[in-house]
Amino acid sequence: MTDLPKAPGAKKLGLVIDLDICVGCHACAVNCKQWNDGGHSAPLTDLDPYGKDIDGVWFNRVHSFEAGDHECGRTVHFPRSCLHCETPDCVTVCPTGASYKRAEDGIVLVNPDTCIGCKLCSWACPYGAREFDEVDGVMKKCTLCIDRIYNETLEEVDRVPACVSTCPVSARHFGDLGDPDSAVSKLVEARGGIDLMPELGYRPVNKYLPPRTPKRQAAAALKPSEEVAAKGILAWLDRALSR
Amino acid sequence: MSFLSPPDRVDLSVPSADEVKTTTCYMCACRCGIKVHLKDGQLRYIEGNRDHPVNKGVLCAKGSAGIMQHNSPARLRKPLLRTGERGSGEFREIEWDDALSIATGWLNDIRRTDPRKLAFFTGRDQSQALTGWWASAFGTPNYAAHGGFCSVNMAAAGLYSIGGSFWEFGEPDWDHARYFLMLGVAEDHASNPIKIGLGKLKSRGAKFVSVNPVRTGYSAIADEWIGVRPGTDGMLVLAIVHELLKADRVDADYLVRYTNAPWLVVRAPGTAGDGLFARDEKGRPLCWNKRTNALGDALSAEVSPALAGSYRLADGREAVPSFQLLAERYLDPAYAPEKAAEITGVSAETIRRIAAELAEVAFSETVTLDVPWTDWAGRRHATMVGRPVAMHAMRGISAHANGFHTCRAIHMLQMLLGTIDVPGGFRFKPPYPRPAPPAVRPAGKPGQTAPGQPMKGPPLGFTTGPEDLLVEADGTPCRIDKAFSWEAPIAAHGLMHLVIRNAWAGDPYPIDTLFMYMANMSWNSAMNVPETLAMLTDKDASGSYKIPHIIYSDAYASEMVSYADLVFPDTTYLERWDCVSLLDRPISDADGPADAIRQPVVKPDRDVRAFQDVVLDLGVRLGLPGMVNGDGSAKYPGGYADYLVRHERAPGIGPLAGWRGADGESQGMGAPNPDQLKRYIANGCFWHHELPADQRYFKHANKSYLAFAKSVGFLGSTDPIILQLYVEPMQKFRLAAQGHGPIQPPDRLRARTERFFDPLPIWYPPFEHEDAAAYPLSALTQRPMAMYHSWGSQNAWLRQIHGANRIYIGRRLAERDGIADDDWIWIESRIGRVKAQVKVMEGVNGETIWTWNAIGKRSGAWGLAKDAPESKRGFLLNHLIGDVLADGSPNADPVTGQAAWYDLRVRISKADGVPQSEPRFAALPRPPGAPEPARLLRHGARFRGRV
Repeated sequence: MTDLPKAPGAKKLGLVIDLDICVGCHACAVNCKQWNDGGHSAPLTDLDPYGKDIDGVWFNRVHSFEAGDHECGRTVHFPRSCLHCETPDCVTVCPTGASYKRAEDGIVLVNPDTCIGCKLCSWACPYGAREFDEVDGVMKKCTLCIDRIYNETLEEVDRVPACVSTCPVSARHFGDLGDPDSAVSKLVEARGGIDLMPELGYRPVNKYLPPRTPKRQAAAALKPSEEVAAKGILAWLDRALSR
Repeated sequence: MSFLSPPDRVDLSVPSADEVKTTTCYMCACRCGIKVHLKDGQLRYIEGNRDHPVNKGVLCAKGSAGIMQHNSPARLRKPLLRTGERGSGEFREIEWDDALSIATGWLNDIRRTDPRKLAFFTGRDQSQALTGWWASAFGTPNYAAHGGFCSVNMAAAGLYSIGGSFWEFGEPDWDHARYFLMLGVAEDHASNPIKIGLGKLKSRGAKFVSVNPVRTGYSAIADEWIGVRPGTDGMLVLAIVHELLKADRVDADYLVRYTNAPWLVVRAPGTAGDGLFARDEKGRPLCWNKRTNALGDALSAEVSPALAGSYRLADGREAVPSFQLLAERYLDPAYAPEKAAEITGVSAETIRRIAAELAEVAFSETVTLDVPWTDWAGRRHATMVGRPVAMHAMRGISAHANGFHTCRAIHMLQMLLGTIDVPGGFRFKPPYPRPAPPAVRPAGKPGQTAPGQPMKGPPLGFTTGPEDLLVEADGTPCRIDKAFSWEAPIAAHGLMHLVIRNAWAGDPYPIDTLFMYMANMSWNSAMNVPETLAMLTDKDASGSYKIPHIIYSDAYASEMVSYADLVFPDTTYLERWDCVSLLDRPISDADGPADAIRQPVVKPDRDVRAFQDVVLDLGVRLGLPGMVNGDGSAKYPGGYADYLVRHERAPGIGPLAGWRGADGESQGMGAPNPDQLKRYIANGCFWHHELPADQRYFKHANKSYLAFAKSVGFLGSTDPIILQLYVEPMQKFRLAAQGHGPIQPPDRLRARTERFFDPLPIWYPPFEHEDAAAYPLSALTQRPMAMYHSWGSQNAWLRQIHGANRIYIGRRLAERDGIADDDWIWIESRIGRVKAQVKVMEGVNGETIWTWNAIGKRSGAWGLAKDAPESKRGFLLNHLIGDVLADGSPNADPVTGQAAWYDLRVRISKADGVPQSEPRFAALPRPPGAPEPARLLRHGARFRGRV
């Protein structure tokens, strides 16, 4: 089985996803697919792409849920990808060392050269974040766009995961969650960011910002104008108005 | 045994491209700027262009799937000539020269005899500045794009009311709005700008209210979702207006300064002048000037106009300010929230609360920008003050038979709150505002079309009274779609949805050739698909097709291809020169005008040509004016790219506004610049002029902005644009219906014209809602965000998100009828029935069912396998939507002719049998030369040497 880093660094790179403003547009999912199809884990194979049983590898998928009854309920769009947990079983169950967590930034990766496609890691991951490539016979997963975030051939501003740079509502944020002073850590603090299923004890690095309480303006009821009630339309007759 | 982390083998800095080229996305109508990464000549990655005014660097799911659209196996490869029966999908490949010769033969005959026998209609095309001009040069009035079934109600209501409109001609002030009311907007129009805006708005803590029968997408993140009954939004808005008037919470100062509220309206029932504005001898509208206690010039800055009261005109007639008519009407208890609650299903309490919230934010939370500006009359203002209530509305308002008036009602609400082009409100996008309505009249009247002659004027425009209609002396429509006739007097976008039926019926006259582009009129853009297919293939007694010739251009093997006689294969959006022009449908934002180009980033690997090049080529072959030189040679030998640079619509005005003039230093107007396209490419393929801060609001009355707009040719004068609460052209049509004037409606349309041409907004039930007992449910379609407007939901990545559509039903309704998730049900309308699979949900109006549109495909179309889920389990509600009502009249808005496809009413029942969607249509064959679709896709492997 595979060890987690003995001396993990302080840096914990990850994503913060704002469920209050995610409209479920799938931009992050498709842009991720596009970048990673030609990226570190290339390709993200699609089986039967124009047929009956289409099935492809995606590192990021968006699910939509409803909670509550009718008007009182709400719809939540929930993007799901690897959470780069601090203590993930998907690494420790790996019989070959192919699934590993980087000490320097906490990113969880798969080494395709040593992955034997046994799928133990996907059974171990409770978040369903791992994707098996039937053709390559190896497990693939979100790399946090490791070939973007350190890529010196890209402009510095583009060195963020593809899902973050493309998100139209700016619901996705990238940064060092190990640094309490980072923008993402502060955002998590301010908005009460949460771990997904913390009870499982995997200590996800990625955080989700819960939907805010809907704004219900406590505006005072409109008071009928006494003047309008008394005079009707002639209430406007005496107004001194100028162009 | 255990392993430690292995040495890091990750190559962190692999270049993503050998070359990055900019161009403009065309995966929907949003037209975002993109950067296309190319590696070894292949498409590696497409990202948003950070500098672009539309998307500011972001890109949606569709844009991110452009690689799969470009590489789709559904791409057509060579011109096709029909060999089998129409609809069989049997073709042979022919050479371009042969294809163009055949078309020229048909079109030459038409032009020589009667140019009206060409009906030229384009679908999701955005080259209407070119195609409309081409139609005029050919001499046919029978031209339009798809606006008639898309959103002409929004465009027309906006342009007649405020000289702008939602979406393309205006946008919410995302940076300053404190309250955002969105009506009838699902996941669309526009795509990325709304998402960017909602993100900003919510993060700033503004309140977002969505009025929509369905809670998906944008509505899901609204602070409040109001699940209104479809087609009743107008009544909801008018009840809000009632509450605001009753509480005297309207912005009287704004109304007097910027709207026609104080203009005097003649009250002389039974006479030809009733309901028209009182005008002086120069034609200027009059008001009652309280400063002088006399009639005054309503356009003068010096008057103190009255908003109420009854006044005597010089000729002795009575006149009242239009605001008085407005207030009299909506103060009536008929518009009380309790009445609206019965109609809309929204409680009176909620309506009252929304009205109170709007008033609270508008009048107590004004936004002040420290920007001095000068108004139209030359008065200096130290700050810009606005009422921060923004609104946006779209298809859910538009696609109802009462959509024009509902959209007018929303604009009226905006005007009453003083929120048009103010900080925090709705903002115009230049070149808008334009005079309401713009001063363009449609051509095509009797005498304006003649054999061999161009038509002097554009086929589309804005009618201002009966004299502008395109009708014969006996009232017969001049156009094949009957646009601008008494059937649809304000049909500003034409009526593409009526062309096939009218052409088939020879009503008002037979045509010879139907020429269409990017319009899937035999499938998801048709109403009543089965009958439409019958009309497309119907023959007369002699065995000839009733619509003799159909020419179609598309990049993909859509369902419509099989119903054409001659097919021109188009390029993909990454293989062409193209133009997003201010003459057409601009991509400006409120901070300044913008336009854009597409440049070919890859070369076609098939024998295809850009449609715009083909249209110009046909123009040369036909010798059309403006397209040939005196000797008959091509005026634009370099095709569309050449035309973009050198064509001038008026002196100094061409398709592109940026870098004009010999030195490329002019904008808006200037001589053609041979290096113009290079300048666009150097700037990321777009041009955006940033307005100075003092021109960014109050554009309709802002001296500095109006002067700029005139200098670049947006406006003909620097006169302020007066917002029209009361729309006088409507009254002119109504007066004709009442028996006044030389041009009157035929008797069968008299009562209807009188009823619906009300100069103030009205609400009436959609026509299809009449038989509520037999068809108790509304049935709607929405476009999913990942496919909105996308031309080809066959895309290998996008179809993994939406591969088959369900019919969504509210939980309470499902429980009542014993229906559960995954059940199959029949959905029946008065014209047919469809079988579909159920998904139960909470967030939907209780009397409404709905589905995603255009997921369902005909088996064999779009390069998909014959048993693809799109055809096995996917379905269209189009099969149930009549293009005509039970009485044979169009299922349309009586004002604009907008197709009323959101008025569909149905009943449902459980279905047995094979679990697949119905009706089923014969599978279409793959066009000749089309490849067998790949069984495995590993596009990106090449970039890592892993093929």
